[in-house]
Amino acid sequence: MGAQALLCAVLALGGAAVAVDTTPPLPDPLLQQRYYALTHELRCMQCQSEALADSSVGLAADLRVQVRELLLAGQTDDQIRDHMVARYGEFILFRPRMIWRNAWLWAAPAVLMAIGGLVGWRILRNRARLADADESRVDDLPEP
Amino acid sequence: MNRFLLPLAGFVLLLVVLLVGLKRAPDKSNLPSPLIGKQVPQFTLPNLFDNTQRVSAETLKGHWSLVNVWGTWCVECRAEHEVLLQIKQEARVPIIGIDWKDQNEDALSWLAQLGNPYERIGTDNDGRVAIDWGVYGAPESFLISPAGTVVYKHIGAMTQQVWQREFLPRVSGTVGPGA
Repeated sequence: MGAQALLCAVLALGGAAVAVDTTPPLPDPLLQQRYYALTHELRCMQCQSEALADSSVGLAADLRVQVRELLLAGQTDDQIRDHMVARYGEFILFRPRMIWRNAWLWAAPAVLMAIGGLVGWRILRNRARLADADESRVDDLPEP
Repeated sequence: MNRFLLPLAGFVLLLVVLLVGLKRAPDKSNLPSPLIGKQVPQFTLPNLFDNTQRVSAETLKGHWSLVNVWGTWCVECRAEHEVLLQIKQEARVPIIGIDWKDQNEDALSWLAQLGNPYERIGTDNDGRVAIDWGVYGAPESFLISPAGTVVYKHIGAMTQQVWQREFLPRVSGTVGPGA
């Protein structure tokens, strides 16, 4: 009896955890798809490590409703992102956009690859030179 | 010797870059608002004390104002209430409240109990105006210039220290962009 009650309680909790996003679905599956993508790439400003889609905080629910309304109003994904950035700043985007302030961040992988390649190339070239410069012949080597 | 100098230099450089990054990382509970330096967002809300009156962006024009976003459900708001009453006593900058996602009756009984520092309060029951203001953690306080520009924003409870160090000098024009 006790075990059954516990099972019920656990199952009830599970149900609550799944139903975070109670925003009504959009009429058009394509819009719903975009809604899904957007609410997963926008940050919940209160919990910060969670996406809007996964957060049970009241503000996240309000922002989900707003995303839904903007989609229904025919705004593009970029317009909706801009709408959020204008209010909450770039921080709301989980995927940072390329702006001048963070350009070095985007360039860093390419620069590091170039430096690594240069170093590797120099090492290889030096070794090849060493091998070329070595004119001793196997026949000349002393017997072991 | 020379072989190790370059990798060591690289390592030290990396260390410096990472340390600077750690030290300068923005405090995530106090993120800069994109509204700073811009006109306040357009809004119109019914006034809590008289719902035939409106609280709007126009209310904020022509004088400095402190816009305080709060709610009776917000613990920190209770903590800052005493400071808001002191600011009201000073009578230098009127406080305009935005009551965020709250019940009007709750707000009125809170003010009857703790005292009222606000000149007007816009009731943002569904939280739409707060979103336009980029609010994410009440209490939040905005300093608005007579021209209607957002000059400064503080997230979290208002304290005498914050008020005197960040807000008042901006009002008297001794720091930052005045009106």
